[in-house]
Amino acid sequence: MLHETLYVKSTKQIFGVRGSLLFVRAIGGIKYGELVEVVVDGSSILGQVIDVSRDVAVVQVFGSTTGITPGVSVVKFYGETIKIPVSLDMLGRIFDGLSRPIDGGPQVIPEDYLDIHGSALNPALRVPPSEPIETGISVIDGLLTLVRGQKLPIFSGSGLPHNRIAMQVVRQAAVRGSEEKFVVVFGAIGVTYEEAAYFLRELRSMGALDRTVAFIAPASASTVEKLALPRTALTTAEFLAWNYDMHVLTILTDMTNYAESLKEISAAREEVPGRRGYPGYMYTDLATIYERAGRVATKKGSMTIMPILTMPDDDITHPIPDLTGYITEGQIVLSRDMWRKGIYPPVDVFLSLSRLMKEGIGKDKTREDHRELFSQLISAYAEAQYLRELSAIVGTESLSLRDKRYLEFADLFERKFINQGEYERRTFEQTLDLGWEMLSLLPEEELKQISPQTLKKYHPKYRLELVGRR
Amino acid sequence: MSSVDRAGRIYRISGPLIVAEGLTGVMMYEVVKVGEEGLIGEVIAIRGDRAYIQVYEETSGLTVGEKVLATGRPLSAELGPGLIGSIYDGLQRPERDIGIKTGSIFIKRGVSVPSLNREVKWNYERIRDVKLGDKVFPGDVIGLVKETPLVVHKIMIPPGVSGYIKWIAEDGDYTVEHSVAIVASGDREYEVKMYQLWPIRKPRPYAEKLSPVEPLITGIRVIDYLFPIAKGGKAAIPGGFGTGKTVALQEITKWSHSDIAIYVGCGERGNEMSDALTSFMKLMDPRRGRPMMERSVFIANTSNMPVAARETSVFLGITIGEYFRDMGYDVVMVADSTSRWAEAMREISGRMEEMPGEEGFPAYLSSRLAEFYERAGRVRTLGRPERYGSLTVFGAVSPPGGDFSEPVVRSTVRYVQCFYALDYGLATRRHFPAINWLLSYSLYIDFVKDYWNKLSNWSEYRDVALKILQREAELSDIVRLVGPEALPEEDKLVLEISRMIREDFLQQSALNPVDAYSPPEKDAMIMEAIMEFYRLSRRALTKGVTVARIRELKSRSEIAQMKYHTFEQLKAGVYNKVIESIRSDFKELIGD
Repeated sequence: MLHETLYVKSTKQIFGVRGSLLFVRAIGGIKYGELVEVVVDGSSILGQVIDVSRDVAVVQVFGSTTGITPGVSVVKFYGETIKIPVSLDMLGRIFDGLSRPIDGGPQVIPEDYLDIHGSALNPALRVPPSEPIETGISVIDGLLTLVRGQKLPIFSGSGLPHNRIAMQVVRQAAVRGSEEKFVVVFGAIGVTYEEAAYFLRELRSMGALDRTVAFIAPASASTVEKLALPRTALTTAEFLAWNYDMHVLTILTDMTNYAESLKEISAAREEVPGRRGYPGYMYTDLATIYERAGRVATKKGSMTIMPILTMPDDDITHPIPDLTGYITEGQIVLSRDMWRKGIYPPVDVFLSLSRLMKEGIGKDKTREDHRELFSQLISAYAEAQYLRELSAIVGTESLSLRDKRYLEFADLFERKFINQGEYERRTFEQTLDLGWEMLSLLPEEELKQISPQTLKKYHPKYRLELVGRR
Repeated sequence: MSSVDRAGRIYRISGPLIVAEGLTGVMMYEVVKVGEEGLIGEVIAIRGDRAYIQVYEETSGLTVGEKVLATGRPLSAELGPGLIGSIYDGLQRPERDIGIKTGSIFIKRGVSVPSLNREVKWNYERIRDVKLGDKVFPGDVIGLVKETPLVVHKIMIPPGVSGYIKWIAEDGDYTVEHSVAIVASGDREYEVKMYQLWPIRKPRPYAEKLSPVEPLITGIRVIDYLFPIAKGGKAAIPGGFGTGKTVALQEITKWSHSDIAIYVGCGERGNEMSDALTSFMKLMDPRRGRPMMERSVFIANTSNMPVAARETSVFLGITIGEYFRDMGYDVVMVADSTSRWAEAMREISGRMEEMPGEEGFPAYLSSRLAEFYERAGRVRTLGRPERYGSLTVFGAVSPPGGDFSEPVVRSTVRYVQCFYALDYGLATRRHFPAINWLLSYSLYIDFVKDYWNKLSNWSEYRDVALKILQREAELSDIVRLVGPEALPEEDKLVLEISRMIREDFLQQSALNPVDAYSPPEKDAMIMEAIMEFYRLSRRALTKGVTVARIRELKSRSEIAQMKYHTFEQLKAGVYNKVIESIRSDFKELIGD
């Protein structure tokens, strides 16, 4: 569990309790940020010092304040900031937000204790991310390629299948090169009982569990545990990435619950609220989570983060997706319209973007034709989208043959390329070949984004000819 | 500075804000060292016996009662050879050296590394005209150091120092701490070193501020041609996420016609910073054929680094900018993003329990922004020889939800002369740079018109182009209702020409090596061709030719290709060919 230490200071001088905050008459030597244990009726609750002066210490409790009585409950000061044990043995295990096992297994023997807040990566030592991760999902791999060291969120809405997408990524994601070690750290924040059960079931049934570490803080967990979970997960991820040269993909769902917890704590502290009641420092707070992604020159491993959040009211300008978008390198936006059409994963290709994709695709990375294929698919789909709107006004009859081909292309593109089975894994090659198959519906002269050489080499028509000649 | 009576004790710790007691005679903005580790902080308020200190490093683990030492000086920058090519944090600590010293991939707190390397020896060449016994004044250049192949660093008499030269160093290889002159005034002597200290919150002095006269060419057509900025100007670039703000700023830093570029990444993405760094090392300055890094300074305080240092990174950047301006250089400084700095102010202000203004921002937000932007400008510098320098500032603003009515944008527009509004709609249509021509403006038009009118009919063409774009916006509502075919021919032509202006002129690809940088001469040629096309089209309309036929002319695609030619190619014949084919196309069309 948490760092074991001999605590020397304790007091019963609580003089106020509000929400999850305890106001304690300060005793000497209390450290800012140090870990606190409050003993109530024999059981103990953890907390942290969030403000201290010579007279008063404000303690935030990681749990319910039920039963805390001024003058009776004992507050013990550990003299240490919050640290979690980390170890390679955590692979294959499931923990709560403070890194306590919840899978019925034994305690992990720690190799080290690390502060969950971590430190900022030295900007001068970072290297720009440039190698892809294969998620096995065509729309991501083909059009929104995730790159090692990137932070790419999924913006979803309630009722959309983001959790299923998350589990599919956990099951399927891989990096190229057999000698590379790839692991997934999965963190679920404030999820409902049903969701938590789903995650546990999926995690246990998948063969990938031995290369996964999972952290789950259900909705019923304390606010502070929910706040700690992303940091606990990322601290573990950093340990694996920087100490064991692993490529770690951390998936965090649902960051909206995290932001709500942040708001709750901020209100309890009576801070001046920023936009829509969220604390003014939410940008910085989220950045200290997401910015832990990256690559550095001196280490072989990498930290990739895929946070998932549900946009309240599907509103992308809501502070949670808005601030996230300012920090992350692109976003994958799920669309309710696509989901209604029965498409899984229901990604809105036009609102989505992977900013680091251009560095991570092409020859020796995915395949040499990826870049051209990508621009052609996007521009053809955009043209088709425009024609769809047009045909809604003027009717399909008045469209030319070319236009009809485009409409056909868009339908097939959505149904065959974007749409994919939840348990279907497609490699980069399969995804790209599928893209070509879609493009072959269009007249060749429409493929303006593709150079003649690439066309000759990859267009199904010429490839069939090649096969025929053989 | 006696540290015995200048030591206080921590009274309270609340995140980045600590309150200290017993710091007698402490002054506002004095630098203090907090706790056993000596974390750097700055006094931001004094109330009675208590000093409120903003700490620039993580404060967890500090204890009430730990000591706080006053240093007796405000937060200052070290200015001297070694600045160029450096990557600093908000406190001017060189991040590469921190990496080497700590052997860690993380920024650890309490690290102390000198801003300018103390071991490197620079080749110093004294100015022959300055002799023993000469009277010198602030700003006088006494020696030169060739810092990089692109930058000659001028060693100047620091502000506030004047007197007779009592001793002067000969040419040689010296470290920055080496004295290069002794200036005597009365019975006081001042040792002039290779570097000087300057408080970052205080503007550096100059002889005279001048009005802008010359445009700062950025190589971006929509800025240079439609909304030009002058050397010494101030510009704001607001835009929501995904509108290409960072790319635009990087392009400005890379291509602008400046001698020194300063890039301040303040509360932004680490990967982006490293991308900028890598590309600056690889990228060649198109005008000089040397790596861009040889004339750049980086300040990287990423969003997960201590918030309080965001403010210092902005002021540090502008101080370094002024220092090079004082040498007589044209300096460009880019700050990405001022919103993150404003948010840091909001956080600190909240912890100080000050009365909040709009959306929780402190009431002094606006004046703090003014302090920053007003330090830009074109000046006659102090000292001899007479020289002129400029400092041009571009500040990015990241409004929440892309909403320009929020406090930071609204306060910023009061202090800037150029406003480049990045538009989400344009970005989703992949129109880059996504600078909205209807919302953007420049107040330097009158100052730069002489420059541009020498190249072409700029005043007239710019006017026509803006009117066409404006008319297009008006027409677009009608088109949405009745379709473009229902419009009169004149209006159809307006739509056609505005499309050419948008696609063939305003759109510019940062990824295309030829198109990324567009010199003004090239801008003028493309616009000239579009205007020639427009002029002949209008004449054709009067002869009864329809827009549908004009649309099919093949010279149109030749105009579209112009931006993919270098200026040299255009000049060597491509331009003349395009103009000729436009003319012959229309000749054929009209049939005369």
